[in-house]
Amino acid sequence: MANDLTLEDRAATATAATNAVNRAVPAAAGEAAAVVLDGVSAGYGRRTALADVSLSIAPGSLLAVIGPNGAGKSTFLKLIAGLMRPSSGRITVLGGAPGSAASSIAYLPQAEAVDWEFPVTVREVVTMGRYAHLGFWHAPGREDRDLVAAALETVGMADAGERQIGALSGGQRRRVFLARAIAADPELYLLDEPVTGVDARTQEDLMDVLEAEARSGKTVIATTHDLICAAQRFHQAALLNGRLVAHGSADLVLDRRLLSETYGGHVLVLPGDGEGLVIDDAHHHDEAPKGERHYHDGAGS
Amino acid sequence: MNPVGFLVDPMTYGFMQRGLIAALLVGVVCAVMGTFVVLKGLAFIGDAVSHAAFPGLVIAFIVGAPLYIGGAIAAVATALAIGIVSRRGRLRFDTAVGVLFAGTFAFGVMLFSTIKGYVTDLLGYLLGNVLGISVGDLVQVAFLGAIVLMIVLAVRKELLFATFDPLGAAASGLPVAGLEYLLLALLGVTIVVSIQAVGIIMVVAMLVTPAATAQLLVVRFGRMMAVAVALAAGSAVVGLYLSFYLTLASGASIVLVETLLFAVALILGPKTGLLSRAVQGAATAA
Repeated sequence: MANDLTLEDRAATATAATNAVNRAVPAAAGEAAAVVLDGVSAGYGRRTALADVSLSIAPGSLLAVIGPNGAGKSTFLKLIAGLMRPSSGRITVLGGAPGSAASSIAYLPQAEAVDWEFPVTVREVVTMGRYAHLGFWHAPGREDRDLVAAALETVGMADAGERQIGALSGGQRRRVFLARAIAADPELYLLDEPVTGVDARTQEDLMDVLEAEARSGKTVIATTHDLICAAQRFHQAALLNGRLVAHGSADLVLDRRLLSETYGGHVLVLPGDGEGLVIDDAHHHDEAPKGERHYHDGAGS
Repeated sequence: MNPVGFLVDPMTYGFMQRGLIAALLVGVVCAVMGTFVVLKGLAFIGDAVSHAAFPGLVIAFIVGAPLYIGGAIAAVATALAIGIVSRRGRLRFDTAVGVLFAGTFAFGVMLFSTIKGYVTDLLGYLLGNVLGISVGDLVQVAFLGAIVLMIVLAVRKELLFATFDPLGAAASGLPVAGLEYLLLALLGVTIVVSIQAVGIIMVVAMLVTPAATAQLLVVRFGRMMAVAVALAAGSAVVGLYLSFYLTLASGASIVLVETLLFAVALILGPKTGLLSRAVQGAATAA
């Protein structure tokens, strides 16, 4: 796997990349942008999670949000989803304030945030994606059922509709939640670790689905710890470390200098011809969620 | 005595008819609310709210107001206060509830101790006596219970989404905070309605036990609610007959039948059944 992530060109263009990278896009630049953050800071109580983030995300983007634990990745998504208010700065989502176009947004929580013993079936979970489009009292209708079935088909779970979610594997659970997001027919996907803790096949399948959605003009923003996946499958990347380190095309941003800046010097690039990447995230292990991956891949491994 | 007579004879008494209707109403409303209480982990809050209703009842008694009104105001106010504390507080949530719970109940007991004379009415609220329910009370129970059920059913799917995945529900535009306060307010009303039947101390069992038993038996939300309702209704009937023939306290009989069913489900249930686990364990070992 590690061999696929070669940084050959990036090393040579590190400086150029840094300059090319969109460090701060003025809000005015993205009149038609799907998401605009302008000088946004946010935190929990006295602790600042994100400071002075400015960027503009175009419709149809497939953006990976990358950074160490506690870098503000989830906060970034929650701000855009309207689940958290910024302490300063301005956020525009789909042309309005966060939350104003909520039924056009699908948010996928981290797997740890879900009670998997909850008595719901796969189909019931996916149908929840339709609830915001229905009023109180109204039961899902034929059109909703069709959308749910189509979404299950898209993620390859058409046969699992009647299973209880707790009986699913980790990868299947992520597929089901992505199906719920698809069933909501959103303009904007906000996905917290959609491919964390899933097998390679599921990761490829889910990324295929997200890529297709982005190609059809939907905006996809996903946090990930998987730098290889970010480099190979995402079009853009945003590097966070309590602030925005870099934002731009994924192959430009996933540069060893910027990654090193993002991960606080814990990205080591092994010397030699085939360059490898080592991220030593050991000091974060105690707070790492279950199933999180850490890359210690070197050249030739 | 023939079996028909065994079932029919108690119902020749007006107090048994009223008691059965009240126990069924309370059981059903509690089971529906209890499904959310169990899935949201609100059992402790249910206990706290029922104890907090006591000072409301005592104050209403002292000033000569309808007891239900006093209890309902205290219960709903406490439920909402707990909601606010849980959203904004800096203390651990169960700590805050524990403080509120004991403090409000102590306040009720203190007020109670100042009353001189005949206070059997109020003591009845501690342990409940469904067989002592009057026609007027029964009408109130039916009216309030129907309102609670109608509101819950109207927002059933939204409550389900908000309970299962609060962040996802909020991001999709559902008023998650509003739904939570609504659920807590309805919980307050449900508890006050139920206090007359089973008393402050045992209300939490009516809320939690049928739903908990149902969760052991089925894996779908809709079925869990239906099974909880069926268990609650069955327990109400069986409990009342036991109470009649064995001269037992009615509220305690109902709660004990519910508890017995829970124990049976725990041991024999298909999902978490201790028996099926033991069998599986033996099979693996063999």
